[in-house]
Amino acid sequence: MKETPSQTAGPFLHIGLAPQVAGVEGVRDLGTQIIAPDTPGERIRIDGIIRDGAGDPVKDAMIEVWQADASGSHDPGLWGRISADFATGEWSFETIKPGAGQGAAPHLTLYILARGINIGLHTRLYFADEDNAADPVLARVPEPRRATLIAREKGGAYRFEIVLQGADETVFFDA
Amino acid sequence: MPFRPRDRDWHPRPLDPQYRTSITRSPSQPLLRIDQTASELTGPVFTASDIGPLDHDLLANHGDGNPIGERIVVHGRVTDEDGRAVPHTLVEIWQANAGGRYRHHIDGYLAPLDPNFGGCGRVLTDAQGHYSFRTVKPGAYPWPNGPNTWRPAHIHFSLFGTAFAQRLVTQMYFEGDPLVPRCPIVSTIPDPRAIDLLIAPLDMDAATPFDHLAYRFDIVLRGRDSTPFENRMEGN
Ligand SMILES: [Fe+2]
Repeated sequence: MKETPSQTAGPFLHIGLAPQVAGVEGVRDLGTQIIAPDTPGERIRIDGIIRDGAGDPVKDAMIEVWQADASGSHDPGLWGRISADFATGEWSFETIKPGAGQGAAPHLTLYILARGINIGLHTRLYFADEDNAADPVLARVPEPRRATLIAREKGGAYRFEIVLQGADETVFFDA
Repeated sequence: MPFRPRDRDWHPRPLDPQYRTSITRSPSQPLLRIDQTASELTGPVFTASDIGPLDHDLLANHGDGNPIGERIVVHGRVTDEDGRAVPHTLVEIWQANAGGRYRHHIDGYLAPLDPNFGGCGRVLTDAQGHYSFRTVKPGAYPWPNGPNTWRPAHIHFSLFGTAFAQRLVTQMYFEGDPLVPRCPIVSTIPDPRAIDLLIAPLDMDAATPFDHLAYRFDIVLRGRDSTPFENRMEGN
């Protein structure tokens, strides 16, 4: 058997994935908070924007976050969904800094869905203030492009800009 | 055990000029192949408490009455590429109403909203991987791509499987729809056999007389890699 092929999530993805964001009553949203009030770990905020090949913000995108907990474990792991702002394309979320695990530097796994993206884009977010030297995935990334995967502290939050196409294109993975 | 490599030639082309928005939203660099780690071999787990009592029933989960449109059941089985059931996994759907209008503040199509239709559904597969929704058949709708481009009737699907590596978002189409071969989004998939997997046949065995028709949509997620690690080629 072959895998069912992907299709774009389209511009109306919020109806199914974040109905309250779309303005649909009756079904509640899943993953609106990555962490609970009692989740152990260092609280951090991450904000950013997704830009297309023309430099324009992708205002109808959704990002799914999958990450380890503060001890570096994915059992059960932390998950959530963030919608870009319809007016500006900016997005922002609160989570905890994941721990290092199995030789990997602390990172978030991101899955990006939007109109025009025919198969979801998989990338990672690492932290500039962590020791990333031994991370086996970053080691596979050509040095000039590693910075596209590293969030930097700016104004009390980590800033992470994702570029879908072009000179500063974010590294996307096939795993 | 890791998942077998995704056949990227089977999936849609990231860049297809016929689908205009993909021109600026597709990576120009090749994807970087990495070994699966804990991040890809695990994924979120959803449970019955995540599902509301009417989430599977789009005929009832919005408004006070029945929506306008052709009443249908959409059902099927979620398996992996080896035919193994994927039990208790989250299936999310969204769709336009029978007139082709989405309940979304950015949809301005002139077809009216239906006060009794939201268009969002959510279920967990059962122990054998089966899922089922009640809904109305969505209408076709025009969209700004070419001078007169219409989407065939379709239902969007989102699946998680057992790990991040199995994440899949796709669309289901309906048997016999003449708009399917004209759709630039369908045509991003190069292989007609792959497109066939997205076309749900009418399933009269699951139709209920004087109530609803039925369509069957089986979904296949990535399978596990059976190749022993030491035999795998570098970069394979
Ligand atoms: Fe659609």
